[in-house]
Amino acid sequence: MSDRPADAASFEALAIPLFAALYNLAHWLTQDRAEAEDLLQETYLKALKGFGSFQPGTNFRAWIYRILRNTFLTSRSGLNAKMTDPLDLEEDASPAAAETPESVLLAQADRQLVEDALERLPVPLREVILLCDMEDMSYQEIAEALAVPIGTVMSRLSRARKSMRELIGAQVRGAGK
Amino acid sequence: MTCHWSAKLDLYVDSELPAVEMADFQRHLQTCPACAAGALSRLQMKRLTQAVGQRYRPSPEFRLRIEQSVGAPKTRLWLSRWLPALALAAALLLVVPSTAWWLQYSRSQQALAEIADLHVATLASANPVDVVSTDRHTVKPWFQGKLPFSFNLPELQNSPFKLLGGRLAYFHQSPGAQLLFELGKHEISVFIFQNRRDDPSLSSPSSVKKNLTFSTETWADAGLRYFVVGDCNPTDLHSLGELLKDAARP
Repeated sequence: MSDRPADAASFEALAIPLFAALYNLAHWLTQDRAEAEDLLQETYLKALKGFGSFQPGTNFRAWIYRILRNTFLTSRSGLNAKMTDPLDLEEDASPAAAETPESVLLAQADRQLVEDALERLPVPLREVILLCDMEDMSYQEIAEALAVPIGTVMSRLSRARKSMRELIGAQVRGAGK
Repeated sequence: MTCHWSAKLDLYVDSELPAVEMADFQRHLQTCPACAAGALSRLQMKRLTQAVGQRYRPSPEFRLRIEQSVGAPKTRLWLSRWLPALALAAALLLVVPSTAWWLQYSRSQQALAEIADLHVATLASANPVDVVSTDRHTVKPWFQGKLPFSFNLPELQNSPFKLLGGRLAYFHQSPGAQLLFELGKHEISVFIFQNRRDDPSLSSPSSVKKNLTFSTETWADAGLRYFVVGDCNPTDLHSLGELLKDAARP
């Protein structure tokens, strides 16, 4: 058992600055304020409890995000997300699609269209795109956070972006009719 | 036919390509419209996602709850009792000086922008100076009787600067001297006005700024306010300022 107050102080110093970002991610995953709060509270308690296993000098952000994600996957909304995502994510390692008219339509995309598309993405694709584009994590960090190989990160990201383009393209075309 | 680079578009926009490949890719983008369009649309999407992704904020109550549940034990009771009063005092201490500073900063920024405008207008004029001479002993006397103050001009013989002449200038209803100098292909204006207490923009602290490719430097000395403005680099501008300061010393 490590020195408790010292551990708590160093945990606080590492974890509290990430609070707003983790909450935002939790809310994106659960799509519900109360569930996001429950998820984050449980994440922080688990992380504090398991802080002894964290290796100083390694990536704390990826470490605590992995706890958040694992906690989410065992929650009610996480289990629902797993049940409703029919994607065979790990199999799709195809290179990025050639430019299609969707990419041209992207030029017309505004915040609302992107927000809608992001909401409609399956959770595994939504989380990878948020970690990469919003949290600015490297592929290596994302791989650590999701506990998957880098190749999987790349294929999910490619799939997520393709889906975003298709969703936005469909909305732009629909609005133009 | 699909360009083989297109498979690396995501890696490019995520800055995940090795440095050498990144440089190659950037060169490729200049010659491949399809990849350039693909990179642009991905970058737009990345920026939009970044912007819309910051959507949810935790409530202050929830933040406090988490901080209390994970924080190291602290004697916070006294703090919670005095927090509102302390917060108000801190806010007053911060807001009052920072508002005053901001007002002063805004005024000085506006003054520097107006001075830069005067300089540009001079350069655009068919007759930029009213007294045309490289001799400081000709230019300085020209202002006698035209200005309610006097000033000294530096000896430029061993410097890279050349005096081109001078003219009267007006700034916030005050007359002043505008002196035009040359440095290589660059023209630099020096404005000298009375340092007025009733015009805060003419009593701003000394500063060096660079904006819209114009460098400006300003300082006050012996009741006069000097502005130096030009499109040369700030170091050269500063050198001219130092020559003027030396010339102003008794």
